[in-house]
Amino acid sequence: MKTIANVLTAACLVALPVAGQASPESDLNDFRDHFYKKFPDTPKDDFINGVYSIDPASREQWEAFEEFPSYEIYIDKGEELFNKKFANGKGFADCFPNYEKGIRQNYPYFDSGSGSIVTLEGAINKCLTDNGEKPYKWKKGNITYVSAYLASKSRGNKINIKIPNDPKAIDQYNRGKKHFYAKRGQLNMACADCHYHYAGAKIRADILSPALGHPTGFPVYRNKWAGASKKGDGMGSLHRRYGGCNKQVRAKPFKAQSDEYKALEYFHTYMSNGLEVNGPSQRK
Amino acid sequence: MAKSIKLRAKAKDGVATVKCLISHPMETGLRKDKKSGKMIPAEFIQEVTCEHGGKTVLGAEWGSAISKNPFLSFKFSGAKSGDSIKISWVDNKGASDSLEGKIK
Amino acid sequence: MNQNRRVLLKGSLAAGAVGAAVSAGLLTPKAVMAAWSKEAFEAKDTNAALAGAMGSSDTTASDKIKLKAPDIAENGAVVPITVTSGIDGTTNMSILVANNNTPLTSSYAFGPDTEGYISTRVKMGKTSDVIAVVKAGGKLYSTRKEVKVTIGGCGG
Ligand code: HEC
Repeated sequence: MKTIANVLTAACLVALPVAGQASPESDLNDFRDHFYKKFPDTPKDDFINGVYSIDPASREQWEAFEEFPSYEIYIDKGEELFNKKFANGKGFADCFPNYEKGIRQNYPYFDSGSGSIVTLEGAINKCLTDNGEKPYKWKKGNITYVSAYLASKSRGNKINIKIPNDPKAIDQYNRGKKHFYAKRGQLNMACADCHYHYAGAKIRADILSPALGHPTGFPVYRNKWAGASKKGDGMGSLHRRYGGCNKQVRAKPFKAQSDEYKALEYFHTYMSNGLEVNGPSQRK
Repeated sequence: MAKSIKLRAKAKDGVATVKCLISHPMETGLRKDKKSGKMIPAEFIQEVTCEHGGKTVLGAEWGSAISKNPFLSFKFSGAKSGDSIKISWVDNKGASDSLEGKIK
Repeated sequence: MNQNRRVLLKGSLAAGAVGAAVSAGLLTPKAVMAAWSKEAFEAKDTNAALAGAMGSSDTTASDKIKLKAPDIAENGAVVPITVTSGIDGTTNMSILVANNNTPLTSSYAFGPDTEGYISTRVKMGKTSDVIAVVKAGGKLYSTRKEVKVTIGGCGG
């Protein structure tokens, strides 16, 4: 844990932006500029490829995986689930009429009726329960297969998260932003320490990926998750990853699809506006 | 084990490049399930074959050190777009599957 | 050549006729396993593994074999390996990981029209040489490359 400690002390010297003051648009501009300056060699639309957008050595290996990625198996499973009729005769297509054109780019969105954030996973499970079916578990398994299928249909569409001029929407955005910049856990580190200020730095055997473009590739197939247990098939949602990153700094993770993570996803995905959806994708 | 094989084959200048991905756990039999603490029994593909025009173009023997969800790519000549090829596998437990696909 | 034929026949038998027979419940899995080079795959050192898989462990280093593997594996459970043999008349290929408990990962028998080319993904327990062995004209040629396996673990 030495390296983390070193990064930590160094990170403390860096002034963090103050949450909740600037408008989302100016936040977005600053956010992009930061990464464009930090990684001038990375084409702007390549940040969707996570750490591989900034590390040529691991990129080559990743390209070998992407030649025939394991997640294709799960896109197929997702398609099967998507097309299976519910007991009432309806199906997912009734909930997601535009799925052929791709819908991933519009999630998460602010629902003014309930004043809350709707994630793609939330919408998938709502579709199930509205039709009298049992919801899926949140972080892995069926929900990631269906979301992988929906993401694959949305590839190339540009992330288009809207923050309406509604105080409740701004609140959600600010809550997510705060989570991103707030230090937490025994190691007292923020998402921003690792994925904003120190993106590109090495932490143990990992190079830290830029937060710009983070959400575009989800759900992901991780070799690490694939090897964890007999049942682990490698697929996981963005919130599964959030939980892992919270745990890394010895902070208690929030529940997948908790209001806290939904707000974080809202901010985090808004920061990738204009980038192409490329989920599902393959990761270390 | 329905649909365990995904196949992509393309012919260019008479040479077919075949890529396949097989959904299979490729368990070595030497590791414990982290959750249950129990040993996971060995389960891995031992033989993979590819046939084209009634001939075996590739015979592969695998051990458990081939990664989970195995990937295999190879090339052979004398193929053209529209030809069909057949990929088959058998694992140590006797499970098997095969898929016939067209070369693009 | 003989060896090649044998493996080829074995391969097509197992996956074709035997495979079908197994699925139809006509044969027990044991009959299938008999065809597989058990000794070679269970051998604990590279020489024994090679002897079992290729009939000999006597190899000549050749720079006509191109072995593509990462310098540092992202994850030892999935290491992409591509071997291209530039040696005329390549009939067989084996890929070994020297420091694995059982080094032999896989063996391939090529038909007469099949190129000496294989791309796959292998498991590596620790940092090790990856060895590609090719048989052509009954002789064995080899090349090797070290692949470092680091213990990851960070990244949730
Ligand atoms: C101690 C450093 C650290 C902190 C703090 C941290 N992460 Fe990570 N995170 C990592 C590492 C290491 C990885 C794996 C390598 C990579 O892709 O960056 C990772 C990966 C990710 C990924 C996957 C990226 C991809 O392309 O697949 C996401 C998303 C992510 N982190 C989000 C977050 C969020 C959100 C937070 C705050 C809740 C956070 N991380 C906090 C270290 C950290």
